[in-house]
Amino acid sequence: MYKYKMLSCALLLAAGLIAGTTVSAQTTMQPAGSSASGDTYPTAPRDPALKPVFEQFGSKPGLVALMNDFMDNLMADPVTRPFFQNADREHIKAELVDQFCVILDGPCTYTGKDMASVHRGMNVDRADFNALVEDLQKAMNKHDIPFRAQNKLLAKLAPMNRQIITKP
Amino acid sequence: MHKFRGKKMLLVGALALAGGLVSLQAAAADGGDPADNVSGKLLLTGGVSQIEGSAGGGLTPWALIGSYGTQGQFGANAFYTRVNVQDYHLDDAGAMFGIDNRVEFSVAQQRFDTEDVGAALGLGRGFSFRQNVIGVKVRLFGDAVLDQDSWMPQVSVGAQYKSNNQGAILHAIGAKSDHGTDYYISTTKLFLSQSLLLDATVRFTKANQIGILGFGGDKHNSYQAEFEGSIAYLLSRNWAIGAEYRQKPNNLGIAKEDDWYDAFVAWAPTKHVSLTLAYANLGNIVIKDNQHGLYASVQVGF
Repeated sequence: MYKYKMLSCALLLAAGLIAGTTVSAQTTMQPAGSSASGDTYPTAPRDPALKPVFEQFGSKPGLVALMNDFMDNLMADPVTRPFFQNADREHIKAELVDQFCVILDGPCTYTGKDMASVHRGMNVDRADFNALVEDLQKAMNKHDIPFRAQNKLLAKLAPMNRQIITKP
Repeated sequence: MHKFRGKKMLLVGALALAGGLVSLQAAAADGGDPADNVSGKLLLTGGVSQIEGSAGGGLTPWALIGSYGTQGQFGANAFYTRVNVQDYHLDDAGAMFGIDNRVEFSVAQQRFDTEDVGAALGLGRGFSFRQNVIGVKVRLFGDAVLDQDSWMPQVSVGAQYKSNNQGAILHAIGAKSDHGTDYYISTTKLFLSQSLLLDATVRFTKANQIGILGFGGDKHNSYQAEFEGSIAYLLSRNWAIGAEYRQKPNNLGIAKEDDWYDAFVAWAPTKHVSLTLAYANLGNIVIKDNQHGLYASVQVGF
């Protein structure tokens, strides 16, 4: 009986470790040349493993359509609207398309600024950041992007909170 | 008689699930409405209320701070849980609040009804043990949800002070005290790429059947480390399924105690409400072995 207990503990822990190393392996496996710049790198690095996810997003036309609804949600959301109402929203949408496209290993180049400079002085806090994530989730649902594919993209975007959230 | 009730509960469970599925379609249909961003955490990332009132799965606390309040915010939840096994049932209600995604306070009251077993033991049919639990949890470091580029989990420590109202009977069955405090450390990680949440918790406890049968006993009367674990798979923003395990001590000579297991489905149509249904296997409880049945919990909050 006791052995059985220990076995189930060990299995759970092992599952945790496997899942953990999978994630960290994904984040450390970057193509040569994109890994050097750390926090100042303009966006999350290209991940060749996410190519199938790019297709699930409907490739570049899918991202363009997604970003229209995403921006509509951001403008309809009282939490996020103040950050976008005086901005060049068409420009932001185009940069987001490129950024997501690069992360998902699509045939794009991101030419925008790094996340820290873009968000400097904007006083984004964690609640604002999470609200934006939810607005993105709703847009992805509307475009019938499979939940697991959504999460694979969000896993790449989530760590950017460290550059974006500047208000403690 | 007992079998019949078991079937009835299953039916209720099935109906609730069916109701849930219908509402899910409704929720999916209005998925474009951003106006329900009431507070700052992502759906289902606050966990639900575990049996002692802390944020977690059903059986075990997680490192997550309860409620949807995030940094700089405050949030609160209330819950009601009912566990029905063949020879007993438990009613459990409580509330928690989370501050600044850092500290969580909780209170819960459990009422454990012995049904016919109470009569068999000479206590009277429907004899009940009542236990109050006050809990506190502090997040030490890590962010289970956002730190997706590292394996580092969110780590919290907590305590649950419990006091039982049946001191005389507890002493008669060999328990050493009618009150006690559990201490735990929880590590929780959401592996978003895998849509998987894992929790491992170690609890230091003297509690017999989580305190319903008192604290310490004739066989052991010292703190023991017990392992608890949860695994949850996120099916969508609103739905999660999973399983849990809770190791337990075995302090009383007259009443063998088993580890607990459950398999659950949780549904959060909005941030204000979640429903959890589980099949729980609680093993031997006093004179009745192989106790299993339905666990149902509803949580409301802001």
